[in-house]
Amino acid sequence: MSATMQQHAPAAAPASLVMDCKLDKIFYGDFMAVRDSHVPIEKNKITGFIGPSGCGKSTVLRSLNRMNDLVQNFRFDGHVHFLGQDVYGKGVDPVVVRRYIGMVFQQPNPFSMSIFDNVAFGLRLNRYKGDLGDRVKHALQGSALWDEVKDKLKVSGLALSGGQQQRLCIARAIATEPEVLLMDEPCSALDPIATRRVEELMVELKKNFTIALVTHNMHQATRVADTTAFFSVDISQGSRTGYLVEMGPTDQVFNHSREKLTRDYISGQFS
Amino acid sequence: MSAVNLAHPANALNTPLPATPSLQHQIEGRALRSILLTSLAWVSALLASVPLFSVLYMLITRGGTRLNLEVFTELPPAGFELGGGFGNALVGTFVMVGIAAAIAIPVGIMAAVFLAELGPYSRLAALARFAAKTLTGLPSILAGVFAYAMVVLTTGTYSAPAGGVALAVLMLPIVVLTAEEAMKMVPKIMKDAAYGMGSTHTQVILKVVLPTAMPAILTGVMLAVARAAGETAPLLFTALFSNYWIYDAGHVAAMSPTASLAVLIYNFSGMPFDNQLELAWAASLVLVLIVLVVNIVSRIFGKPRI
Repeated sequence: MSATMQQHAPAAAPASLVMDCKLDKIFYGDFMAVRDSHVPIEKNKITGFIGPSGCGKSTVLRSLNRMNDLVQNFRFDGHVHFLGQDVYGKGVDPVVVRRYIGMVFQQPNPFSMSIFDNVAFGLRLNRYKGDLGDRVKHALQGSALWDEVKDKLKVSGLALSGGQQQRLCIARAIATEPEVLLMDEPCSALDPIATRRVEELMVELKKNFTIALVTHNMHQATRVADTTAFFSVDISQGSRTGYLVEMGPTDQVFNHSREKLTRDYISGQFS
Repeated sequence: MSAVNLAHPANALNTPLPATPSLQHQIEGRALRSILLTSLAWVSALLASVPLFSVLYMLITRGGTRLNLEVFTELPPAGFELGGGFGNALVGTFVMVGIAAAIAIPVGIMAAVFLAELGPYSRLAALARFAAKTLTGLPSILAGVFAYAMVVLTTGTYSAPAGGVALAVLMLPIVVLTAEEAMKMVPKIMKDAAYGMGSTHTQVILKVVLPTAMPAILTGVMLAVARAAGETAPLLFTALFSNYWIYDAGHVAAMSPTASLAVLIYNFSGMPFDNQLELAWAASLVLVLIVLVVNIVSRIFGKPRI
């Protein structure tokens, strides 16, 4: 990453921690979207973010690679340590951050270009010198799409089905081998079969990547997440501010929650 | 068996539905109104296509007879001369539309990038958008007057570049507005994807927004080209006319009056000579065919890919 990034080494962090995110306050204009949430993200694990609508879980995710910088009047208090450097540190280029922390979106969003060019996009962006075809094949294999598209790499990415498009987007994201993959409800626009495939893929991908996953589907969290963070909405101030209620191993959060709020949400008393 | 009257729901509610309702079409007020309006729309659509096809018909019957290789290679005839053609006018039209495109397309697309991507809500964007919209309604003769003042007066001569500038003024707003609209159609999630991969703003525009919007931008460009090719009034003030080739014996007459199809038609159609009148018809047919081809090409390239 850029040499100008500040060197903050979180002292007590375990060695396996890839990101240490202390989100004190996130604002959109005057609206406080998220407060007081501390989310550590461990290497080669899937960290699931669950919670009711409007609890800020997507906002949290998009803050981790500074995607929210694109939103006008976005303001962030806190820090996001990535391998010891603050993503929000002085002189940090958000463009560089996003090359290390990739993103997969809710709606499959392939570019209006061929399957090959979609996957090669990030490699070309980084002026990759090696064998482009090799890396594209590798990425498509990594996203379990290779067998379906190997004979039609020149076909537009938009011609694929929804589930294939999403796996194409995953291939595109992993082609540049980022450290972390942020996935914002990647299955919410997919049918159950496509969802299952992407879930299997996520479990496969965590061998090489660290994944942060926002999901509206609690069952998905229990199926794939190693660690689960439960967010809720605080409406006591007359506003709707999301915050982290509790976070821990998925099994513990779902079966032995520390907080009553978590138990209520998981048992379906509100959503 | 009494038919249900669905035209008056109140009545229909008051009288119980018959056990075996008639579901056949019924001639009553509502149906008649529908038939009337539908036929009116049909007739209007038919009327709208009448001018194009009657013009085409006239041009083909009147101009088609004179259309041969000679008219493309010969210079315009003088008074009582027979034969001749409008080769120099065809070349002049291509040259001037080319100059106009070379000015209006890059400037127009760059301006559209600013309007759609860089500062869509800025005051400058609002101003430029307003200016472009007003300019689309500008009488074309004023574009000619503008170019006359800007180029003809300063260079001291009627010329192809002056004509090109006048046509560029007419093309620019069409290019700007259609290109802006095309870029706005690029889905935000597609741009997000590019940002999410670590693209800079410039890379997002160059590698995602422009390529994705390109078919629609091309449509606008082609429409602008087609419009410019047929303009007469602005050229009367700027390029005037010439009976000679713009390129002759190794010499390019860049800064001298230049012929164009539109002005040739204007000049010849008022002449009392049959030969010139025939050539005016033939030139009109060629001009319309050029415009038609450009439009068809834009339809082929303009297929949306989003």
